[in-house]
Amino acid sequence: MSEAVLILGATSAIARATAAAFAARGNALYLASRDEEELRRIAADLRLRYGVEVHYGLFDAEATDTHEAFLKSVVTAMPNLSGMVLAFSYLGDQQAARDFSVGVKVIASNFTGAASILSHCANYFEPLQRGFIIGISSVAGDRGRQSNYVYGAAKGALSLYLQGLRNRLYASGVRVITIKPGFVDTAMTYGLPGLFLVASPQAIGERIVATLSKSADVVYLPWFWRYIMLIIKHIPEPIFKRMKL
Amino acid sequence: MPTLITSLSGWGRYPVQSCELERPERYADLRPDADSVIARGQGRSYGDAALNENGRVLLTERVNRLLEFDAEKGILRAEAGATLAEILDVIAPKGWFLPVTPGTKFVSLGGCVAADVHGKNHHHEGSFGDHVLGIDLILADGSRVTCTPDDNAELFWATVGGMGLTGIIGEVTFKLIPIQSAHMMVRHHAADNLEQLFQHLQNPAIDDRYTVAWMDSLATGKKLGRGIAMCGHHAAAEELPVDIGHAFSTRQKRSRSVPFDLPGWALNPVSIGAFNSFYYQLEEKKQQPFLTGYDPYFYPLDAVGHWNRLYGKRGFVQYQCVVSEPSAFDGIKALLQELSGSRRPSFLAVLKRFGAQGRGLLSFPMAGYTLALDLPIRDDGLFVLLDKLDEIVLQHGGRVYLAKDARLSADSFRAMYPRYAEWLRIKNAVDPQNRFSSSLSRRLGIGGNAT
Repeated sequence: MSEAVLILGATSAIARATAAAFAARGNALYLASRDEEELRRIAADLRLRYGVEVHYGLFDAEATDTHEAFLKSVVTAMPNLSGMVLAFSYLGDQQAARDFSVGVKVIASNFTGAASILSHCANYFEPLQRGFIIGISSVAGDRGRQSNYVYGAAKGALSLYLQGLRNRLYASGVRVITIKPGFVDTAMTYGLPGLFLVASPQAIGERIVATLSKSADVVYLPWFWRYIMLIIKHIPEPIFKRMKL
Repeated sequence: MPTLITSLSGWGRYPVQSCELERPERYADLRPDADSVIARGQGRSYGDAALNENGRVLLTERVNRLLEFDAEKGILRAEAGATLAEILDVIAPKGWFLPVTPGTKFVSLGGCVAADVHGKNHHHEGSFGDHVLGIDLILADGSRVTCTPDDNAELFWATVGGMGLTGIIGEVTFKLIPIQSAHMMVRHHAADNLEQLFQHLQNPAIDDRYTVAWMDSLATGKKLGRGIAMCGHHAAAEELPVDIGHAFSTRQKRSRSVPFDLPGWALNPVSIGAFNSFYYQLEEKKQQPFLTGYDPYFYPLDAVGHWNRLYGKRGFVQYQCVVSEPSAFDGIKALLQELSGSRRPSFLAVLKRFGAQGRGLLSFPMAGYTLALDLPIRDDGLFVLLDKLDEIVLQHGGRVYLAKDARLSADSFRAMYPRYAEWLRIKNAVDPQNRFSSSLSRRLGIGGNAT
């Protein structure tokens, strides 16, 4: 049986493309999200196109008390689990900044929920002395901007969490990779004004899987976002606060 | 759902219209959420069939999952956004092929049903709809209904060829054909003129499972209609040379792309005439049977990405018509004479024989001969010429293909599609508000209360 990869938030376009890239190299998959109909459809598609074993199950990032049991069921279905991709993401809307009842969902999903399942996965892989954890964060987490700072704060916290986890798991040989995508052509960004250099989900998915054969820890996708964010991070705050970003 | 307002066109790049696009990624989001909605797959219809000026266009490209494949019986169920290219990648290595295929594999499955597409085997195996076992259709009220030739049969045959106007095609289940290899055994037969070309197409000794004729559209006088009948079939195992390697793998050629619009004058009588003479002399030499992959045989133009840019910025019209059997020869001859008299060269001229008309109420194919022409838009005189061609087609009891059309009149449409009244009764029963509508349906007065 081939090595299995768990994809959390498997129904997004980036997750689907990432799952396809894993399947193309022969990995078995466990797909998880809240949407059972979509899971069933995506699982059937990956089996047919790539001839790999695909399981799926329901997973709710915000229901943190279910995460331990969830991971147990994944490992039962796929004892040869070799890694996981945290791909769920909740953008919320402009209301998230002004209305905390919206903002709290953004934080609960992107950070609290992520931290919960990541801790369970880390505890699973650490004693095995193998495995990988890929967390999809965002360039939005590199600097707070008025247009989406609640999402940015949650993703920034996720990036920090992954950084700490990488430090902790280094000794046990478990790789932790932080992915920071720029603009990707997904349902989350479709029709939004002011986007530039938009990447296809397929390109991002293939690059995500390709990072496993490299040594990078923090990967911007596409690569040039590292330099765009380098500039943005170095704009002095007295100037940055006046900008409309 | 977020939407995007943008200018959009079909493959012919005429007309260009402002449409509001949405692009669902979940099956449950295939819903008509506006007063006027049309589904669009790969945008490979040529004119305005998948346009909706100032209305909603629902892109199905991300709802493209392959769902079930019975490799014993050769039955595939997939979401309508899947392309034939994606399907072939899965089925061909397992010894199955599409029952009917148009001249490009970059079309969606939903589009194949909505336009009831045909291939080079129509005279033997009918159109795409003849091989469909079931359709999952999303109706105007958002409900899902399964249509088959047995259940909801009326709605099924109104949807096959129905140009997306009965609902959103969500899933399609269809029958595949078995193949013994991914190779084609092909033979060419040259013809000096139209009489000879027709004889070739009617001759059972020449005809094959797939038969199509390429014509030199600029040839006139005695040479009018000179061309090459290209006949082929899926190569059987015993037809393959022993050193061919794996029967189901063909060499994948890297595709090239036209990087920018050619100037409008690039395709002119001189350049096209030179190409046609060259091509005729090249192809007429292939009179002995030869093996080729299914890609170069069925999809020669797919090797050139964005080939529609060859026609320049103003775009082109593909005029495809069929003229009915008894006077088909006279009809095709009259069309070619009108065309060559106009000195408007067609880069592509293709002639095919059709079998009997199918059951799709608005389906294009009918017993007779179909002619397809690619005509660049240089001035409005083209539309005058095409109106004349419509008259000839009507005189010979024929019709124009809606999936290619950008300019037919509402009156001509009604004369060409006599089963429209029956179709409209079914349409009004499932979509009384005429929510599923497109630029094509408004231009032709399809749907609504007009008859």
